[in-house]
Amino acid sequence: MNVPDELLYTESHEWVRREGDRIRVGITDHAQAELTDVVYVELPKMGGSYEAGGTIAVVESVKAASDIYAPAKGTVVEVNKALESNPALINTDPYGEGWIYLLQVENADQLKALKDAPAYRSSIG
Amino acid sequence: MSDAAEKHTPLYDEHVRLGAKIIPFGGWLMPVQYSSIMEEHQAVRNDVGVFDISHMGQLVATGPRAGAWLNTMLTNNLAKLEVGAGQYTFLLNDNAGIIDDLIAYRIEDEKFLLVVNASRIDDDFSWLQSHLPGSPAPGSADVQFEDQSDRYAGLAIQGPRVDELFRNLFGKEKELPARNRIARFDLGATRLWIARTGYTGEDGIEVFFAPTEAPRVWNEILEKGSSLGIRPCGLGARDTLRLEMCYPLNGSDLSPEHNPLEAGLGFFVDLTKPSFTGRERLQREKTEGVARRLVPFRMKGKGPPPRPHYRVFRDGAEAGELTSGTLSPSLNYGIGMAYLTTPVPKPGEEIEIEIRGQKFPAVIEKKPLYKKT
Repeated sequence: MNVPDELLYTESHEWVRREGDRIRVGITDHAQAELTDVVYVELPKMGGSYEAGGTIAVVESVKAASDIYAPAKGTVVEVNKALESNPALINTDPYGEGWIYLLQVENADQLKALKDAPAYRSSIG
Repeated sequence: MSDAAEKHTPLYDEHVRLGAKIIPFGGWLMPVQYSSIMEEHQAVRNDVGVFDISHMGQLVATGPRAGAWLNTMLTNNLAKLEVGAGQYTFLLNDNAGIIDDLIAYRIEDEKFLLVVNASRIDDDFSWLQSHLPGSPAPGSADVQFEDQSDRYAGLAIQGPRVDELFRNLFGKEKELPARNRIARFDLGATRLWIARTGYTGEDGIEVFFAPTEAPRVWNEILEKGSSLGIRPCGLGARDTLRLEMCYPLNGSDLSPEHNPLEAGLGFFVDLTKPSFTGRERLQREKTEGVARRLVPFRMKGKGPPPRPHYRVFRDGAEAGELTSGTLSPSLNYGIGMAYLTTPVPKPGEEIEIEIRGQKFPAVIEKKPLYKKT
């Protein structure tokens, strides 16, 4: 499984890329492989504010709907509209074109709780 | 539910070796998918796929009165079956609630094979055993009734290229049984029952044989099917394939809370038979009309896929809930079935499905939801 070294990870299999005081978020290669066949993504609301650990998006495969959680408190400043017409980007390019949203983080200290790549790698075995 | 309680089919190790994702289903650990539900679904629609159905049950009734007795227990008319023929039918409780849906085959003049759902084997067997002629003191030599589920592994081979695969396995001189018929074949030293039945809407067969032979037969089928594009297929594709055809899933669309008329499956109920369990209730419902009915629908436009238990609204009022729903891999839009209060809307009429608090438009359809072009 691909676990890029430069990213941070959540227990619930989201990846986080720091871009100044914003974070770009998607689901990991491991998560997309477990879900397979992503057929629908319910994107966060533009400008919506979310608590750390709150449901922010939904990724649906043929079999099931899976909640995506906000890794930190913040406001959504951009969503990946390309997923509306092509949700399978999450399968084909989970760390690139399959990103889900960009969050303006309120308190960057909340990101300290996230795992680094070696820790995430060992958590997925 | 603990792993220890869940049974392995004789093909469990093969599934793990092929990298299948395994889930608990009806008391068994079963493959839900090997590679991708979409790809497995398309393999069955376009070429051929093979499913492990060893979890399904086999109940056998033998004896001079076996047929007459079963005909009072099941809704379809067993008297119409010649030797080698099968029919889809229901086992009902006294209130006409569905205990199970199954296929009954007449495999000999006085011998009947019932192929039943995995999760219902014990309930079906104990219900039928407690209704044997002469019970509660059976011992009647007229009917012997046995649960032979442990003696059979099962495979469903489904898809338009099944006839080519059959010839690769058995040679050009052998003929597939006709639709809904069952016959004996030998594959090397293995005796098989082969029935021309399935749960996908494609041409196909279901094959039953000794569990010890399962890995060998499975691998021979995969090998002889490789030039035809065969794929092992899991429960995920089995569900999307059957739902496109509006075939009901026991435990979701069918349960003791529902009867066959409500499920829109009166075709498999013969009310001209003088007596069978549930008949009075069904006769009354047929005259007075059912209170709710299972109807197929599709989503209009892009939106989240419908799922079981989502609520349905009609003209703003709640009208029922989904028992099945998915994204249709063949059609690329959401499809499902829901029990709606009668009179139910006609094909073409609009309803709304509530998904995470928001209502999405859908339209009532005719069966099947998917038609081969």
